[in-house]
This record gives sequence, structure tokens and C-alpha cells, in this order.
Amino acid sequence: MPIWIYILSSVIKSALVLFILLTAVAYTVWLERKVVGHMQNRWGPTRVGPFGLLQPAADGVKFLFKEDLTPPHVYKPLFLAAPLIAVIFALTSIAVIPFGNAVKLFGYTFPLQITTDVNTGLLLILGVTSIGVYGVALAGWSSNNKYSLLGGLRASAQMVSYEISLGLSLVGVLIMSGSFSLREIVDAQGGHFWGFIPHWYVFPQFIGFFCYLMAAYAETNRIPFDLPEAETELVAGYHTEYSAMKFAMFFMAEYANMITVACLATLMFFGGWHGPIFGPVILQALLPVFWFAAKVFVFLFVYIWVRGTLPRFRYDQLMAFGWKFLLPLALVNLIATAIAVAW
Amino acid sequence: MSVHLILFLAFGAVAVAGAINLLAQTHPINSALSLIAVMAALAGEYLLLGAEFLAAVQVIVYAGAVMVLFVFVIMLLNAGVEEHTQGSRIAITLGVPGALIGSLLIAWVVLRHSGTEAVAAGALAGAPKTIAPLLFHEFLLPFEITSILILIAIMGAVVLASKPPTSPAAPTLREVD
Repeated sequence: MPIWIYILSSVIKSALVLFILLTAVAYTVWLERKVVGHMQNRWGPTRVGPFGLLQPAADGVKFLFKEDLTPPHVYKPLFLAAPLIAVIFALTSIAVIPFGNAVKLFGYTFPLQITTDVNTGLLLILGVTSIGVYGVALAGWSSNNKYSLLGGLRASAQMVSYEISLGLSLVGVLIMSGSFSLREIVDAQGGHFWGFIPHWYVFPQFIGFFCYLMAAYAETNRIPFDLPEAETELVAGYHTEYSAMKFAMFFMAEYANMITVACLATLMFFGGWHGPIFGPVILQALLPVFWFAAKVFVFLFVYIWVRGTLPRFRYDQLMAFGWKFLLPLALVNLIATAIAVAW
Repeated sequence: MSVHLILFLAFGAVAVAGAINLLAQTHPINSALSLIAVMAALAGEYLLLGAEFLAAVQVIVYAGAVMVLFVFVIMLLNAGVEEHTQGSRIAITLGVPGALIGSLLIAWVVLRHSGTEAVAAGALAGAPKTIAPLLFHEFLLPFEITSILILIAIMGAVVLASKPPTSPAAPTLREVD
């Protein structure tokens, strides 16, 4: 393929994925308010548009037009950089995620992925998400406020602790598939056990999946692990001093991270875009992407469901859970998988 | 000038500028952030050479884990602004010529023992599948010895950090929180 087609297709894919991702972020917020509302016997947003569907747009406009306050006591360069770091790395990690098989158009094949398939795709995602910690940590420190500082400290300690369990829980899948490439991992999950159970890694790796899910909730600072922004103790945690669009950027980063985590769970444990394929050619081309999106949606729904159900942990419980239960469990799962595969 | 050379020079410039900024900044957190920029630029150089795995690990381990702990400690201690001194006289009289001689030696060794051609972009086989046999077969013993060394360091850190047992009547700070 000529270089200009390659560049053009990359630009179009990036713009498209970014648009879909940001829309998904906005509507995940809407979904969360709506679902948690119904769980608590309320309606959630109803005023703006049918079923409150235009609420995200109204919120976006509101964030843009609010006064952007910078308190006088903050350390300005890092106070401005922190939301940028958080949102940039949250949006970057989507770049290596494949959404479906390659598509043939005008005689060229285009992979449904922003980058071409890199053979260390998973490591790149883990690397980019691990840089995202700085956004939260620097926001807490540069605000020069005790609540922010405590929130930032809690967040960085929590994310560093659970990153180990997160990485280890994925190693079981890596051992079974023998590749770091996300596309190869998904391809290895085609077919069925005994003809009817899908060949997804969640079945042999259910302990790994449990560890991944717990660690992922903690990594994204969601309930029951949302200690960094515990309202009852810390006002709003690391983003106490932020307002207007800078606050919205932290919000966007959190929801973009949720979507990345859900995409990764789909790819690693639930067979990615594999699912029943039927019907005419155009439907056959679209169904894999639909299955991928549907699985990601299920994960996002579970996130919201958990938020509507569980209370918040205490901080020492969080640390004890991460280091004394989750990490040994992930290690045991890793060793058991290694023995099973070698044997 | 190929794209690779331009990128190589750009990453190199970022790394050198970050390293100089690390020394010039007076606030520890700015220095730590400069160090992160150096690490990330080095990862970019590895990526240009084709060592994808090394680049990813560089970002995850150094930029993502080690430096987070640095920043964490700086935040926790709330370290203040450092004062720049003129430096000791020994550092200037011995350090600067020493650094010059050292870099000349390295350049001489590199130029003498490698061919005249520069390393081509993507020349290193850095895929995980080529690194794994080296780590787990050929260099297994050094690899395992390194991990034991790290284990000993962890145990030493635990011993140093744990407080001596006090009388049970007075609760320590750790028991309270």
C-alpha cells in the first residue's frame, strides 16, 4: 500500500476512534447517572432531550463556559499540566486496541486498529496507563491543599499496588496464548470447547479474570476502591481545587480509563470480536465489531452496577486486600497456569 | 536525512535536555519529572532500534513504577526547594576532566570495536520471542542471581523500615491508623 494511503487511513482511523471514544465517555456518564438513579428508585437525568439523552451535551457546554478558577496558592506549571497528563495518556492507550478483523476496501486491507499490530501491544497499554498515575499524583501535590495531597497520595499508592496484581493476572492469558500481540491473543480464542462453549480464556483463567476485575476497579479509582476521592473524608480528593474544563478532563480521563479496561478485559478474557456470524456480507463485516462493542458495554454496565451496590472500603482494608489476598492469588494462578501449560 | 535519523536526534535532544534540566532545577519534583522525560526519551531510542520489548519495559518499570515511587516520596516528605551551591572544589578540578576522559574513552572503545557503519534502525531483534530464550536458557544463571539480589534488597528494606518492638501499653502510630 502506498505511504499516503497508509497515512491517510491512520489519520481517519484516529479521528474516528477518538470521536467514538469521547462520545462513549459522555454517554457512559449518562448511563451511570441513569442506571444508578433507577437502582436508587430515582429517575436520573430526564429534562434535556428524550430520556435526558442530551444531558452530556449540556454538561459539556456548561463545563466550557464556567469560570476557570486557578487558586492563588497552587504551583501553577504542574497544576495546569496534571489534567493534561491524565487525559492524554487515558486517550492514548486506546491506540493499540484492535476492534475487529481487517477490512478490505478499494483493494487494500485496513486493520480495525489505529496502529498496525505491534507485537508488544499489551505491554504498551500497561506502560501508557502506568504513566497516567502522574496526572492524579501531580494534581494532588500541585494544588497545595491537604485534601488534594491526601487524595493524590492515596491514588498513587493504590495504583502502584494494584498495578502488580493487574499485570500478574494477565500473565496467565499470556502463557496460554504465547503472545503479547492483542490480535494474536484474540485469534487464539476462536472456536469452541466440545462444540458449544466458546474458547474464551475466562473459563480456564477464571481466577485470573477475578484478579483482573478487582485490580482494574482499583486502578480506575472506582467504587468500592474510590478512596482517592472519598467525599466523606477528602471533599473531592485530588481534584478538589479544579473547576470547569480542567475538572472535566479528570472526569474524561477516568471514564476513558474505564473503557480501556473494559476493552482489555474483552480482548484478553472474552474472545474480543468473536461471536456468532451470520446473514448477508455487509452484516458479516459489521457483526464482529458489534460483538466487541456489546461485550465492552456489558463490562461498563457491571462497573455501574457495582457502583450502585457496594459501599467504600477503608484504606487499610484496601491495602490489605491488594497485598495480602489479591497478589498471592494472582501468583498462585500464574504458577498453576505455568505448570498446567508445561505439563 | 531519513526519518529515523531525525527521530533519533529528536529523542536524543530530549534526553540530554531533560538530564541538564534535572541538574538545573531547584525543586525536587521538577527534577524527578525531568528524569521521567529522560527515561521516556530513552524508550523512544530503543523503539527506533527495533527493541520493542525493551522500550515497553523501560516505560513500565522506570517511568511507570520507579519514578512514581520517587514522586510519591517527594510528595510524602513535602520536600522543599534546594539551594544551589558553587560545588566543592574537588568536583570541579577532578570531576569535569574525569567526565571528559571517561566519555572520550567510551567513544574510542565504541569506534574501535564496532564497524564503520552505524547501527541501522530496527537492526536489533528485540521481539519478546527472541529475548525469552536468551533470558531463560543462555543467561539463566545471571538472571536468577540478579533476582536473588533484588530479593535480598527487599528483605533489607523491610528490616530497616520495621520499627523495633515497643512496650504493648503505648500504641504505635501504625496501630492507630
